[in-house]
Amino acid sequence: MLHTVNKSPLERNTLASCIRLAKPGSAILLIEDGVYAALADAKSAELVKSAMKNFNFFVLEPDLRARGMTDKPLVDGINSVDYGGFVELSIEHDAVQSWM
Amino acid sequence: MYEEDMDGPEVVKRFCYINRKAPYGTVYAHEMLETVLIAAAFEQDVSVVFADDGVFQLKKNQDTKDIGMKNFSPTFRALEGYDVEKIYVEKESMNERGLTEDDLVIDVEVLDSTQLADLIDAQDVVISA
Repeated sequence: MLHTVNKSPLERNTLASCIRLAKPGSAILLIEDGVYAALADAKSAELVKSAMKNFNFFVLEPDLRARGMTDKPLVDGINSVDYGGFVELSIEHDAVQSWM
Repeated sequence: MYEEDMDGPEVVKRFCYINRKAPYGTVYAHEMLETVLIAAAFEQDVSVVFADDGVFQLKKNQDTKDIGMKNFSPTFRALEGYDVEKIYVEKESMNERGLTEDDLVIDVEVLDSTQLADLIDAQDVVISA
C-alpha cells in the first residue's frame, strides 16, 4: 500500500501514526507540509530514520521546492519524486491511504 | 464633535502577532501577514514573532510555481517599509528545525523562550495563529 502524509511531523503526530499503523514494506510519500519530515537536521529526523528499515520513503519535490527546502540536507534514503512519480507510485500500489 | 474626536490623540497599543504555522499547508500564515499589514497601516506598535513551524515562513528560496500558489515570502521584506521592524524568531524553534539566521529572507532578532515570554507579557494584544 502507498501511504501519503501531508502534515508537519513537528506540529502533528500524523506521520508517527502512519509509521505505527502501516504494514512494513509499505511506501510512505511525504506531501504538502509532510515534506518537513524529510529534513535531516530537524528533530523529527530520528523518527524517520528509525522507520527507514521498514518502509520506502518518498518526498514530493514540488512541495519541497515551494517551501524553500531543496537547499537543506534530506534524510539519507528518501527518494524525491515529481508529480509523474506520484502517479507512478499510485499505479504501482494496489491502494492509497491518505493520512491527514 | 466627531471631527474633534478624530483629531484627538491617537490610541497606540502594543500588538504582538505570533506566527506558529508553516506556509501553504493552511491559510493561517498568509492571513496573519495581511493582519500585520493592517495593524501597521493604523500606526500601531507592532511586534511579529515566529515560533514553532512559523519559522518555516521565513525560509529563503521558496519557489511555488509548481504548486499553483502565491509565494508570499517576499512580502516579509516589505514590512520594514510599513515601519514593522520588531521581528523576532524563537531560537529553540529554529534549532529544532535545523535552521539558522542565514536561512531566513529577512534580518530578525533571535530570542530564547524566556526572553520571548517577557516580550509577550509586555503586550496589550497578542494574536496567535
